Amino acid sequence: MTGVDHTLINLIIFVLAIYVGYHVVWNVTPALHTPLMAVTNAISAIIVVGAMLAAGLTETTLGKVMGVGAVALAAVNIFGGFLVTRRMLEMFKKKERKTEVVEAKK
Amino acid sequence: MSINLVVLLYLVASICFIQALKGLSHPTTSIKGNRFGMAGMAIAVITTAALIYKLANDNAFGLSYVLAGLVVGGGIGTVMAKRVEMTKMPELVAFMHSMIGLAAVFIAVAAVYEPSALGITAKGGAIAGGNRIELALGAFIGAVTFSGSVIAFGKLSGKYKFRLFQGAPVTFKGQHAINAILGLAVLFFMFGFWHSESKMDFLIVTALGFILGVLIIIPIGGADMPVVVSMLNSYSGWAAAGIGFSLNNPMLIIAGSLVGSSGAILSDIMCKAMNRSFISVILGGFGAEAGTAVAGSKEQRPVKSGSADDAAFMLSNADTVVIVPGYGLAVARAQHAVKELAHKLTAKGIKVKYAIHPVAGRMPGHMNVLLAEAEVPYDQVFEMDEINSEFADTDVVLVLGANDVVNPLALEKGSAIYGMPILEAYKARTVIVNKRSMASGYAGLDNELFYMPKTMMVFGDAKGVVEAMLKGVE
Repeated sequence: MTGVDHTLINLIIFVLAIYVGYHVVWNVTPALHTPLMAVTNAISAIIVVGAMLAAGLTETTLGKVMGVGAVALAAVNIFGGFLVTRRMLEMFKKKERKTEVVEAKK
Repeated sequence: MSINLVVLLYLVASICFIQALKGLSHPTTSIKGNRFGMAGMAIAVITTAALIYKLANDNAFGLSYVLAGLVVGGGIGTVMAKRVEMTKMPELVAFMHSMIGLAAVFIAVAAVYEPSALGITAKGGAIAGGNRIELALGAFIGAVTFSGSVIAFGKLSGKYKFRLFQGAPVTFKGQHAINAILGLAVLFFMFGFWHSESKMDFLIVTALGFILGVLIIIPIGGADMPVVVSMLNSYSGWAAAGIGFSLNNPMLIIAGSLVGSSGAILSDIMCKAMNRSFISVILGGFGAEAGTAVAGSKEQRPVKSGSADDAAFMLSNADTVVIVPGYGLAVARAQHAVKELAHKLTAKGIKVKYAIHPVAGRMPGHMNVLLAEAEVPYDQVFEMDEINSEFADTDVVLVLGANDVVNPLALEKGSAIYGMPILEAYKARTVIVNKRSMASGYAGLDNELFYMPKTMMVFGDAKGVVEAMLKGVE
């Protein structure tokens, strides 16, 4: 497979990842669709990788400003997304413990 | 750190992201899933930092810029996550979509002006043709996501006077023609950038993306916002995947595609729940005409109304109760009162369940989170498909601040909402409906359920009424 265009390999990864995403997301329980959106916000912040390269390795002012700006924007989502998801999921979990306690009392 | 190791660690991070989504299949596994997501992100960030350190010939100076960005952004994100109210989740999500969009634009700009820094070309070399298309596409999707999300944010929060930020759709003559012309212009300048690597063409494509994002979202009415938020969720994922293509980074492509397909599935679910085709949502204008067409032609029909005490009496004498919460309930902040009421009834040996329509809140799954916040146990909460068969055996259905989602008109051919899936509350032995007034819902239709002989209306603010019922039950 030497000499295959990078873009083609990327396309293969892209199509397979959509396939995986499709199947995994249909399994998400509808009750957790809001946490799903919050966590996907955090996951799409993976572009922080590109932002870090731009912030760390560019030499011009324009490159640095764009890079640092992008890192900051993505970081808002990384922290905001994962933390708010955890906050929501803990609301679901708390109830579970409580009902267990109530049932144990009975 | 060899480049092969970097790629392998990126693979590990990608698997973690898939695990994060997989965990959401059940509330008990979801927290572990979220930890996987955080771990994946940490692996990706640390690996990239090590890579930058190596590429800069063991010079950590560049990393200080990265750290500054992470600290500022991370601080803002943490504060927002801690402070946001659960009713404001749709706004927060729209805001976060706009962050991704703008970040994608920034990265694409940096990549076009300094391609060698991001490993796209050798120093001083020209960007390859395929990469030019990917960069222009990434910047364009990012720009649409950013400006579209800003408009969606304004429409969702509903507290800004600015016309474009109001729930009512903005339509004008030739709207679709203008969008089509701008779309063609985007293709033209993208071709120009591909042909000549002219930075001007690239910037024009990006600017047109910002304009199109606004134009696409303004004609969409407030009622369709759940679809729009899901759609922008999808776009933010495609923007990330687009950047992944241009940087030749499989992890970005995988994570972006996961998010992209997730948003697309959610849009589809929301469209089906509202009985709207995706195309008609995008073309917009819904809500305005429907509302005006029906108003005025209605004569007053008699309904049976009662007090909260009557309702409390009926509830106390029931064996099975199903509560149907709508967004009106959340607006009135009555969730806690409802939970108390359910608790009291359960203590009397009455079976209480909650029935949730997919569009009960303002984004997918919103009502479930609002109930969870009020500490309603999730095993009492049922989705439409799970509970519809049970309404016929239910003594009392308590409808709180919901309207269209229980309207039996949806079953009659020829009605405006024909075909929309509904909670079959009309099958129950008795129905108690709490509303502030007889005003119609988003669809602008009269609700036949309210005029049925077995239905009792209790007018008033949801919180006050539920608290009065609570006293009555005691």
